[in-house]
Amino acid sequence: MTATISPLSEVTRSDAALRTFLHGLPGVDRVGADARAAGLGTRSIKTTAKAWAIDLAIRMVDLTTLEGADTPGKVRALCAKARQPDPGDPSCPPVAAICVYPSMVPTAHEALRGSGIHLASVATAFPSGQAPLKVKLDDTRAAVAAGADEIDMVISRGAFLSGRYLEVFEEIVAIKEACGSAHLKVILETGELVTYDNVRRASWLAMLAGGDFIKTSTGKVAPAATLPVTLIMLEAVRDFLDTTGRKVGVKPAGGIRTTKDAIKYLVMVNEIAGDGWLDPDWFRFGASTLLNDLLMQRTKLATGHYSGPDYFTLD
Amino acid sequence: MSAFEYAPAPESRSIVKLQPSYGLFINGEFVDGAGSFKTISPASEEVLAEIAEASTADVDRAVKAARRAYTDVWGVMPGRERAKYLFRIARLIAERSRELAVLESLNNGKPIKESRDVDVPLAAAHFFYYAGWADKLPYAGFGADPRPLGVAGQVIPWNFPLLMLAWKIAPALAAGNTVVLKPAETTPLTALLFAEICQQAELPPGVVNIVTGAGETGAAVVNHPDVDKVAFTGSTEVGRIIARAVAGTNKKVTLELGGKAANIVFDDAAIDQAVEGIVTGIFFNQGHVCCAGSRLLVQESVADQLLESLKRRMATLRVGDPLDKNTDVGAINSAEQLSRIKALAEIGSAEGAERWSPACELPDRGFWFAPTIFTGVSQAHRIAREEIFGPVLSVLTFRTPGEAVEKANNTPYGLSAGVWSEKGSRILAIADQLRAGVVWANTFNKFDPASPFGGYKESGYGREGGRHGLEAYLAG
Repeated sequence: MTATISPLSEVTRSDAALRTFLHGLPGVDRVGADARAAGLGTRSIKTTAKAWAIDLAIRMVDLTTLEGADTPGKVRALCAKARQPDPGDPSCPPVAAICVYPSMVPTAHEALRGSGIHLASVATAFPSGQAPLKVKLDDTRAAVAAGADEIDMVISRGAFLSGRYLEVFEEIVAIKEACGSAHLKVILETGELVTYDNVRRASWLAMLAGGDFIKTSTGKVAPAATLPVTLIMLEAVRDFLDTTGRKVGVKPAGGIRTTKDAIKYLVMVNEIAGDGWLDPDWFRFGASTLLNDLLMQRTKLATGHYSGPDYFTLD
Repeated sequence: MSAFEYAPAPESRSIVKLQPSYGLFINGEFVDGAGSFKTISPASEEVLAEIAEASTADVDRAVKAARRAYTDVWGVMPGRERAKYLFRIARLIAERSRELAVLESLNNGKPIKESRDVDVPLAAAHFFYYAGWADKLPYAGFGADPRPLGVAGQVIPWNFPLLMLAWKIAPALAAGNTVVLKPAETTPLTALLFAEICQQAELPPGVVNIVTGAGETGAAVVNHPDVDKVAFTGSTEVGRIIARAVAGTNKKVTLELGGKAANIVFDDAAIDQAVEGIVTGIFFNQGHVCCAGSRLLVQESVADQLLESLKRRMATLRVGDPLDKNTDVGAINSAEQLSRIKALAEIGSAEGAERWSPACELPDRGFWFAPTIFTGVSQAHRIAREEIFGPVLSVLTFRTPGEAVEKANNTPYGLSAGVWSEKGSRILAIADQLRAGVVWANTFNKFDPASPFGGYKESGYGREGGRHGLEAYLAG
């Protein structure tokens, strides 16, 4: 893991070099990628495999609330849920992280103390990213200072779509530096990048710039995470590891609501990137409602009975 | 061993009601045959049922029944009425799709996900498609008042038992012919379930007759003097025998034979999707596919990268119980086919090609062969020329588009080919030069009832599927 991005350091020397590199990546055939994702979606995960997958999925959840209406009370409640997703079953593991706006970080930091649960904060003028770099850097530093150990930044899609790749690259590098020891997740907002070729290029761009994770979406734009887009990103982290020796994580976010969906993602992680990514350090789900469906299916599998939503806590 | 072990997810066999023995389906009824043979599951060698073997006399009875049905009922029935029966059969195939899929996987060894998602839905689609043609034949482009030929003798292979039956029977019936069909010796069961569906659809007796048996039964069907049309899908070797047998007679013939398709990957291809296409091309249905992409031609500049990706992908293929919903590669159909694959693979190694298979545990019983690739293959090697009809890929390289085309065409076969490139102009230019009946661009092994299928050179003649597929069953 000490090998760094040096084999590719030349490609970020100029806008032209970066463009040549990104456009030289193998293309993605949309029909083929969609078919591959759909094919993996037909895997039938039952009994012991399902139980294992559900517990892993719970441990991978970044339990998220990103609303204008968020209050300290709401965030404290969510943190309690993160620690103990199923109060009726102590064998249920905690989630990976809480994900909130920067203003909620102090509250969450306090509420999560001693739990080992990570605290992620969105930053960089989330969700649009349309703010001066200085504001984005301040946003990031404030979140880290308040206790966030993970930063979910958004890239400048406007700059990316107009071909100013080096600008996007340099911005990510700057934010990464502002993060200090905090992990950086780079949100590509794939729903705005639209093409799979763009998703592959943006993935490589974010990894070259030092992102620790690449993340699909803010959850504020439709479509958010999809299986094929996550497939492209999993191929990217796999190939990036092969090329540079550095491993990067993947986080699909938004729109993943059911256990069935979550398991499809895990199958895809397993068969595309490999089981080295089947770990909360390397794969996360950005989700809120997913957690309760996982808990319901978990209980159903353990007891044989399917209880209603009222048997699980709202937050 | 992955951390994520998929638990067994077997499709239940209980939907299939296997009978201890099956008769011949002649004139709308199941009748005894002269002899019998056993049919097994190639995945376990378990005996599934006793099957009647049709003698020459049995075949004669079947042809007579087909002739009567043609003269009295089917040949004179208006197309719009025939269509109703075909639509009914199509719906019944769809309704009984799970039963058909399980039975197909049991008897053939193919993974349930393929029989469930490909074979059976496509079989139903063929009947739906040709049902639509039955009352529109004057508009098919084969004359203002095209007439059926009469009785069609049809012999089909074991690789897609139900689907090949549909390819044969649907256009024949739509055009007004009656049929005597011989399923492959090793895979008779779905054809016999189809016979039940014909009864359920109240198809007039004699319109469809199913005679089970081996080569001799097939020969009796082909050689019967009252058969007007012979349709065969199978090996080039048997195709030659049939062509000789019908030479000098008035019988019309279509032959769909072997292949050694080139799957050409250019350096500007979408590599991840090309890898999927290569896997689909050669490991779909254990490579028991006449149009399989059994020769990979990859541009030298991306060969190493592509092969590394291909090997990594092959390591995720799940080989095993055909009825497990997560199985990607099932059982080889018969001991005979397995020994042929093994023999050709041995020859590949002996000729100096480098053999590679992923680590995979094969079941103890049944007929199994691990997905295999040979690299360093040249045009002079037998594994680059002969059809292996198994999960064995021969990898060759090329330097220029011209060389790719030359190598692709340098084969006695010409059934299919694949081209992988992100450059549209290149795809069109290459496809234009390939002498193959089907050329897939950035995909492989895609089938549709509306699309004609058939070969160049030793891959046979005539077209099946689409409007073109009607021509073989009509006299203009």
